[in-house]
Amino acid sequence: MATCPVCDADVELPADPVVGELLTCDDCGCELEILALDPFKLGEAPEAEEDWGE
Amino acid sequence: MRIGLLHSLIRKDEKLLLEAFKKARCDLQMIDDRKLIMDFKSAPPIDLLLERSINHSRALHALRLFESVGVKCINRHQVATVCGDKMLTTAALAEAGVAQPDSRVAFTETSAIEAIEQMGYPVVLKPAVGSWGRLLSKVNDRDAAESILEHKTVLGSYHHSVFYIQEYIDKAGRDIRTFVIGDECIAGIYRTSKHWITNTARGAEASKCEITPEIADISLAAAAAVGGGVVAVDLLESPRGLLVNEVNYTMEFKNSIDTTGVDIPARIVDYVMREAN
Repeated sequence: MATCPVCDADVELPADPVVGELLTCDDCGCELEILALDPFKLGEAPEAEEDWGE
Repeated sequence: MRIGLLHSLIRKDEKLLLEAFKKARCDLQMIDDRKLIMDFKSAPPIDLLLERSINHSRALHALRLFESVGVKCINRHQVATVCGDKMLTTAALAEAGVAQPDSRVAFTETSAIEAIEQMGYPVVLKPAVGSWGRLLSKVNDRDAAESILEHKTVLGSYHHSVFYIQEYIDKAGRDIRTFVIGDECIAGIYRTSKHWITNTARGAEASKCEITPEIADISLAAAAAVGGGVVAVDLLESPRGLLVNEVNYTMEFKNSIDTTGVDIPARIVDYVMREAN
């Protein structure tokens, strides 16, 4: 379990977390990014940029 | 054999690929495009690069840099170049004789208005470079055309003044997205919406599309026209038959696995491993 950096709610970690992985805080709905694994650190995911896509 | 995975954020799509690579016992090196530094002489020690960047600009440049030092890439830089620019895609499809909506390109507001009125309303204005259904305009009349063209010219960066104008196809509330890996059209979905924009990123709902010979033929032809590899082809159903709307080179598939019953990430990994050998 980790802590949402925006609202301090508990955030469940995915199986086999990797750095750069996206999560969503179920409480505030903020999109988060795993910044580090040891120690574990979450940050707000970057906003979509104009050239993001497929 | 070591595969490099070029990535930005790890979305569900990339996580599924990681799981598939793990099952395949592949030696995988993660390459974060936010930390990547290339010196034009060398690359990380990999045999093949699978590109999965979210940023089109980073993907495009990274692919060229990796290819310049001899690393095989999926997809190739040429494919990213063509698929990443709708004008180039249209040109490639036209050269290959693949059916697509009628389109025009103009570089000034005046000539764009003339082009639009040659085609007749409504038309669709799109940025030549863009994704996820963003900044699309359905232009229903002259007033709208003049306003939108002015806004694009004044408010956009220079590339928004390359006016890509496409015939509006009344597609009856849905389009088709097919997934092409190598020389096989492996799966397809319908994307249905009450809105004329039917990207799932804009709320369209996905359902399974059976791959008919007609759907497979045009999907494979479109993939070949842009250079092949691992691509998603967007098709429109029109009175004159299927038309290719666009081809995507960093395809998203996370919502299409259960819908189609096809393990798309596993198929991608199989293809990558075969190509690396």
